[in-house]
Amino acid sequence: MLTIERAIVDQIVAHARADHPDEACGVVAGAAGSDRPTRFIPMANAERSPTFYRFDSMEQFKVWREMDDRDEEPVVIYHSHTATEAYPSRTDISYASEPGAHYVLVSTRDDDETEFRSYRIVDGKVDEEEVRVVESYEPDSVD
Amino acid sequence: MAIEVRIPTILRNYTDGAKAVEGGGATLDELIADLETRHPGLRDRLVDEKGLRRFVNVYLNDEDVRFLGGLGTKVSDGDTVTVLPAVAGG
Repeated sequence: MLTIERAIVDQIVAHARADHPDEACGVVAGAAGSDRPTRFIPMANAERSPTFYRFDSMEQFKVWREMDDRDEEPVVIYHSHTATEAYPSRTDISYASEPGAHYVLVSTRDDDETEFRSYRIVDGKVDEEEVRVVESYEPDSVD
Repeated sequence: MAIEVRIPTILRNYTDGAKAVEGGGATLDELIADLETRHPGLRDRLVDEKGLRRFVNVYLNDEDVRFLGGLGTKVSDGDTVTVLPAVAGG
Protein backbone atom coordinates (compact mmCIF):
# COMPACT_ATOMS: atom_id res chain seq x y z
CA MET A 1 0.00 0.00 0.00
CA LEU A 2 1.13 3.53 -0.77
CA THR A 3 0.31 6.10 1.90
CA ILE A 4 0.76 9.62 0.58
CA GLU A 5 -0.23 13.14 1.60
CA ARG A 6 -2.93 14.85 -0.39
CA ALA A 7 -0.70 17.90 -0.99
CA ILE A 8 1.87 15.70 -2.76
CA VAL A 9 -0.81 13.95 -4.81
CA ASP A 10 -2.00 17.40 -5.88
CA GLN A 11 1.54 18.43 -6.87
CA ILE A 12 2.03 15.29 -8.95
CA VAL A 13 -1.31 15.78 -10.70
CA ALA A 14 -0.59 19.47 -11.31
CA HIS A 15 2.77 18.57 -12.89
CA ALA A 16 1.13 15.96 -15.12
CA ARG A 17 -1.57 18.46 -16.18
CA ALA A 18 0.99 21.20 -16.85
CA ASP A 19 3.11 19.01 -19.15
CA HIS A 20 0.16 17.42 -20.97
CA PRO A 21 0.22 16.26 -23.81
CA ASP A 22 3.83 15.30 -23.06
CA GLU A 23 4.50 12.80 -20.31
CA ALA A 24 5.58 14.28 -16.98
CA CYS A 25 7.87 12.47 -14.56
CA GLY A 26 9.52 12.86 -11.19
CA VAL A 27 10.32 11.48 -7.78
CA VAL A 28 9.05 11.84 -4.25
CA ALA A 29 11.93 11.22 -1.88
CA GLY A 30 11.60 10.10 1.69
CA ALA A 31 13.82 9.02 4.57
CA ALA A 32 15.49 5.70 3.78
CA GLY A 33 13.45 2.82 5.11
CA SER A 34 10.49 5.01 6.09
CA ASP A 35 8.27 4.20 3.07
CA ARG A 36 6.97 7.74 3.49
CA PRO A 37 7.16 10.07 0.48
CA THR A 38 7.85 13.62 1.71
CA ARG A 39 9.98 15.62 -0.75
CA PHE A 40 8.39 16.28 -4.14
CA ILE A 41 10.96 16.54 -6.95
CA PRO A 42 9.54 17.15 -10.43
CA MET A 43 12.03 16.07 -13.11
CA ALA A 44 12.46 17.13 -16.71
CA ASN A 45 11.33 14.60 -19.28
CA ALA A 46 14.45 14.54 -21.48
CA GLU A 47 12.38 12.92 -24.24
CA ARG A 48 9.68 15.64 -24.25
CA SER A 49 7.35 13.08 -25.71
CA PRO A 50 3.67 12.14 -25.40
CA THR A 51 4.61 8.44 -25.45
CA PHE A 52 7.94 8.14 -23.64
CA TYR A 53 9.81 9.58 -20.68
CA ARG A 54 13.34 9.51 -19.46
CA PHE A 55 14.96 11.45 -16.63
CA ASP A 56 17.69 13.79 -17.83
CA SER A 57 20.88 11.93 -16.86
CA MET A 58 22.65 14.88 -15.22
CA GLU A 59 19.55 15.95 -13.32
CA GLN A 60 19.09 12.38 -12.15
CA PHE A 61 22.71 12.24 -10.97
CA LYS A 62 22.30 15.46 -9.00
CA VAL A 63 19.01 14.37 -7.42
CA TRP A 64 20.24 10.84 -6.59
CA ARG A 65 23.35 12.25 -4.95
CA GLU A 66 21.27 14.74 -2.98
CA MET A 67 19.08 11.88 -1.75
CA ASP A 68 22.19 9.93 -0.78
CA ASP A 69 23.56 12.89 1.18
CA ARG A 70 20.24 13.32 3.00
CA ASP A 71 19.87 9.59 3.68
CA GLU A 72 16.77 9.47 1.49
CA GLU A 73 15.58 7.14 -1.22
CA PRO A 74 13.14 7.45 -4.12
CA VAL A 75 9.98 6.28 -2.34
CA VAL A 76 7.77 7.21 -5.30
CA ILE A 77 8.72 7.37 -8.98
CA TYR A 78 5.88 8.86 -10.98
CA HIS A 79 5.07 9.55 -14.59
CA SER A 80 1.99 10.31 -16.60
CA HIS A 81 0.23 8.65 -19.48
CA THR A 82 -1.48 11.24 -21.60
CA ALA A 83 -3.66 9.12 -23.87
CA THR A 84 -3.97 5.78 -22.13
CA GLU A 85 -4.92 4.40 -18.75
CA ALA A 86 -2.70 4.70 -15.68
CA TYR A 87 -1.28 1.20 -16.01
CA PRO A 88 2.41 0.37 -16.62
CA SER A 89 3.26 -0.08 -20.29
CA ARG A 90 5.58 -2.78 -21.54
CA THR A 91 8.47 -0.31 -21.60
CA ASP A 92 7.63 0.86 -18.08
CA ILE A 93 7.96 -2.72 -16.91
CA SER A 94 11.16 -3.51 -18.78
CA TYR A 95 13.00 -0.39 -17.57
CA ALA A 96 11.73 -0.41 -13.99
CA SER A 97 14.93 -0.39 -11.97
CA GLU A 98 14.04 0.59 -8.42
CA PRO A 99 12.56 -2.52 -6.81
CA GLY A 100 11.88 -0.63 -3.57
CA ALA A 101 9.93 2.20 -5.19
CA HIS A 102 6.20 2.76 -5.57
CA TYR A 103 5.66 3.38 -9.27
CA VAL A 104 2.87 5.92 -9.55
CA LEU A 105 1.02 6.30 -12.84
CA VAL A 106 -1.21 9.25 -13.54
CA SER A 107 -3.46 9.45 -16.57
CA THR A 108 -4.42 12.82 -18.00
CA ARG A 109 -6.36 11.44 -20.95
CA ASP A 110 -9.60 12.71 -19.44
CA ASP A 111 -9.85 16.49 -18.97
CA ASP A 112 -11.98 16.33 -15.86
CA GLU A 113 -10.76 13.27 -14.08
CA THR A 114 -7.22 12.20 -13.25
CA GLU A 115 -6.45 8.56 -12.61
CA PHE A 116 -3.83 8.09 -9.88
CA ARG A 117 -2.62 4.52 -9.31
CA SER A 118 0.41 2.85 -7.77
CA TYR A 119 2.36 -0.32 -8.51
CA ARG A 120 5.33 -2.36 -7.44
CA ILE A 121 7.38 -3.49 -10.40
CA VAL A 122 9.96 -6.15 -9.56
CA ASP A 123 11.67 -8.49 -12.02
CA GLY A 124 9.14 -7.75 -14.71
CA LYS A 125 6.17 -8.46 -12.44
CA VAL A 126 3.56 -5.76 -11.81
CA ASP A 127 1.49 -5.61 -8.64
CA GLU A 128 -1.05 -2.87 -8.26
CA GLU A 129 -1.42 -1.63 -4.70
CA GLU A 130 -3.93 0.42 -2.77
CA VAL A 131 -3.34 4.17 -2.55
CA ARG A 132 -4.26 5.72 0.78
CA VAL A 133 -4.37 9.51 0.61
CA VAL A 134 -3.99 11.22 3.98
CA GLU A 135 -4.19 14.87 4.94
CA SER A 136 -0.93 14.59 6.85
CA TYR A 137 1.48 11.89 8.10
CA GLU A 138 1.08 13.04 11.70
CA PRO A 139 0.40 9.99 13.85
CA ASP A 140 -2.89 11.39 15.16
CA SER A 141 -4.30 12.19 11.74
CA VAL A 142 -7.31 10.43 10.36
CA ASP A 143 -7.70 10.23 6.60
CA MET B 1 44.15 0.28 -7.96
CA ALA B 2 41.58 2.39 -6.31
CA ILE B 3 38.74 3.67 -8.37
CA GLU B 4 35.53 3.63 -6.40
CA VAL B 5 32.52 2.33 -8.30
CA ARG B 6 29.08 3.02 -6.82
CA ILE B 7 26.59 0.27 -7.52
CA PRO B 8 22.82 0.83 -7.66
CA THR B 9 20.45 -1.33 -5.61
CA ILE B 10 19.33 -3.36 -8.60
CA LEU B 11 22.89 -4.54 -9.39
CA ARG B 12 24.02 -5.28 -5.84
CA ASN B 13 23.26 -8.96 -6.28
CA TYR B 14 26.54 -8.97 -8.26
CA THR B 15 28.50 -7.33 -5.44
CA ASP B 16 27.25 -9.31 -2.43
CA GLY B 17 25.11 -6.35 -1.50
CA ALA B 18 27.98 -3.84 -1.48
CA LYS B 19 27.01 -0.26 -2.35
CA ALA B 20 30.48 0.46 -3.67
CA VAL B 21 33.35 -1.67 -4.93
CA GLU B 22 36.86 -0.85 -6.08
CA GLY B 23 38.64 -1.59 -9.30
CA GLY B 24 41.42 -0.49 -11.59
CA GLY B 25 42.20 0.24 -15.21
CA ALA B 26 43.19 3.05 -17.54
CA THR B 27 39.81 3.32 -19.25
CA LEU B 28 36.21 2.68 -18.25
CA ASP B 29 36.27 -0.43 -20.44
CA GLU B 30 39.30 -1.81 -18.55
CA LEU B 31 37.73 -0.89 -15.22
CA ILE B 32 34.56 -2.81 -16.07
CA ALA B 33 36.64 -5.79 -17.26
CA ASP B 34 38.52 -5.70 -13.95
CA LEU B 35 35.26 -5.62 -11.96
CA GLU B 36 33.98 -8.56 -13.96
CA THR B 37 36.83 -10.76 -12.65
CA ARG B 38 35.48 -10.35 -9.10
CA HIS B 39 31.81 -9.70 -9.86
CA PRO B 40 30.91 -12.05 -12.70
CA GLY B 41 27.84 -11.02 -14.65
CA LEU B 42 28.15 -7.32 -13.89
CA ARG B 43 29.73 -6.43 -17.24
CA ASP B 44 26.81 -7.84 -19.17
CA ARG B 45 24.44 -5.56 -17.27
CA LEU B 46 26.45 -2.50 -18.23
CA VAL B 47 27.70 -3.21 -21.73
CA ASP B 48 26.36 -4.78 -24.88
CA GLU B 49 27.97 -5.31 -28.29
CA LYS B 50 27.43 -1.65 -29.17
CA GLY B 51 28.97 -0.17 -26.03
CA LEU B 52 27.36 1.07 -22.85
CA ARG B 53 23.79 -0.10 -22.56
CA ARG B 54 21.33 2.59 -23.49
CA PHE B 55 19.40 2.49 -20.23
CA VAL B 56 22.38 2.52 -17.93
CA ASN B 57 23.93 5.84 -16.93
CA VAL B 58 27.59 5.81 -15.95
CA TYR B 59 29.21 8.90 -14.46
CA LEU B 60 32.89 9.66 -13.99
CA ASN B 61 33.00 11.92 -10.94
CA ASP B 62 30.32 14.50 -11.92
CA GLU B 63 30.08 13.85 -15.67
CA ASP B 64 28.01 11.45 -17.74
CA VAL B 65 30.61 9.35 -19.61
CA ARG B 66 28.46 9.63 -22.75
CA PHE B 67 29.69 13.23 -22.93
CA LEU B 68 33.28 12.17 -22.27
CA GLY B 69 34.41 9.15 -24.27
CA GLY B 70 31.99 6.33 -23.46
CA LEU B 71 33.83 3.09 -22.69
CA GLY B 72 37.09 4.72 -23.83
CA THR B 73 36.86 7.38 -21.11
CA LYS B 74 40.16 7.63 -19.22
CA VAL B 75 39.93 6.83 -15.54
CA SER B 76 42.54 7.01 -12.80
CA ASP B 77 43.08 6.34 -9.11
CA GLY B 78 40.98 8.52 -6.90
CA ASP B 79 38.15 8.80 -9.42
CA THR B 80 34.62 7.83 -8.51
CA VAL B 81 32.46 6.05 -11.05
CA THR B 82 28.72 5.99 -10.37
CA VAL B 83 26.29 3.62 -12.08
CA LEU B 84 22.61 4.56 -12.14
CA PRO B 85 19.92 2.78 -14.10
CA ALA B 86 18.11 5.28 -16.30
CA VAL B 87 14.62 6.06 -15.09
CA ALA B 88 12.55 5.70 -18.23
CA GLY B 89 9.45 4.18 -19.70
CA GLY B 90 6.54 4.83 -21.98
